[in-house]
Amino acid sequence: MKKTILYDEHVRLGGKMVEFAGYLLPIEYTGIALEHQAVRDQCGVFDVSHMGEIEISGKDAIAFINYLFTNDVASVEAKRMVYGLMLYPHGGVVDDMMVYKYNNHHLLLVVNAGNKDKDLAWILDHQQAYDVEVVDRSGYYSQLALQGPKAEGILQSLTKYPLHNLRSLTFDHLTMLNHDFLVSRSGYTGADGFEIYGANAHIFELFQLFSRLPEITLCGLGCRDTLRFEASMPLYGHEIDETINPLEAGLNFAVKLDKSFIGSEVLVAAQASGLKRKVVALELIERGIARHGYEVEADGQLIGHVTTGYMIPNTTKSYAFALIASEYAALGTIVGIRIRKNLVKAKVRNKRLLEKKYVR
Amino acid sequence: MSKVLDNLKYAPTHEWARVEGEFAYIGITDYAQDSLGAIVYVEGGDVGDSVSQFEEFGAVESVKAASDLLSPLSGTIVEINEEVIDEPELINQDPYTHWLIKIEMSDKSEIDNLLDAVSYQKMAK
Repeated sequence: MKKTILYDEHVRLGGKMVEFAGYLLPIEYTGIALEHQAVRDQCGVFDVSHMGEIEISGKDAIAFINYLFTNDVASVEAKRMVYGLMLYPHGGVVDDMMVYKYNNHHLLLVVNAGNKDKDLAWILDHQQAYDVEVVDRSGYYSQLALQGPKAEGILQSLTKYPLHNLRSLTFDHLTMLNHDFLVSRSGYTGADGFEIYGANAHIFELFQLFSRLPEITLCGLGCRDTLRFEASMPLYGHEIDETINPLEAGLNFAVKLDKSFIGSEVLVAAQASGLKRKVVALELIERGIARHGYEVEADGQLIGHVTTGYMIPNTTKSYAFALIASEYAALGTIVGIRIRKNLVKAKVRNKRLLEKKYVR
Repeated sequence: MSKVLDNLKYAPTHEWARVEGEFAYIGITDYAQDSLGAIVYVEGGDVGDSVSQFEEFGAVESVKAASDLLSPLSGTIVEINEEVIDEPELINQDPYTHWLIKIEMSDKSEIDNLLDAVSYQKMAK
């Protein structure tokens, strides 16, 4: 079992430690509901050092990533981030990731911890024809996510860099505590906030400082998942995996079918013939909480399964995402979710469960 | 250490029963509420449902996970505690006051299959 540089701090500060993607990380400190609300109303900090960082450099960096990646990195300005996916030739997902574009010759891929080794192998398997160097930087970087409406004010007190100029999905290097950090205005919560990458020892120092500030709530993986769910963001192994393609998952904004990449032919064909299944948002209209794997039924038949479901913390709203047959995917369609012995009614709704407040 | 009450009988799956004549009130133990964390949802079947000893009759759920409830005794549900359905967090506050269901027992000899407070406390550490 691996530990992040902050493991001892989590234990010392009362984090309830669990195994996740091969790492021991806190699932919660003071409680999922309280931590969830802190990020919505104030500010929370997460240790996300388990995430993988893969650097791609060289003169073919853009051509190479555009061949592996569903989104278009070529047309994007320097110091911007691009969300997208790497696919297998059959259209299933290798992983989803953020690409940080330093310039046309230098990219940083931030990938899921549980997929990092697989991603690296996949990238190395395809690099022969390209003039690029691929380096796993995961051991060098630790990462914190500072999330919530008060994140900018708190971070601004630690740096001279004008953070207001750092807009949503852009990044830069800046100095805090006399150390260099890579900071992006981004996150996995639907809140405004920052993701902060630095050398392990520097992140340790920064976390110690954050943990002493009363306006920052220490947050665990539990609320990270309820927050990303409420923000309608996919999680690998749930809304996407090697058997679900990104169009089925509704990630069309991150898939550029006017360029050629591994998996694009299958997606073009799938688009043309019509998708057979789709990930939809469901609102439960009878009592119950849908959980990953629960069956979804309609007309007496199994039509799919729940990919993620929660009762949104501090509310009685019970929502789910489910991968279901397309003929039941229209807004307003009533389906049933099999929760233990009951068939609980749910209605297909739009995916905007939360009004996001990003700084554009 | 979690709290137990001497006047209750316990199932090894962390439910308690308080027997009153032909009836029994059923709830979850302090150990169970503590392991689950903040409870956000309770489901305990309907009045008139029959329940069997050590078989599922409902569930308690935290934000993160659902946990099946097994009935310590067999019988028929005669009352549901609507108070905890509306405010599940009451169980975290006091799991022994806030029962989930009241049943009319069908076989009082089943009480002998349950643990007393001392034996349960040894188990739930």
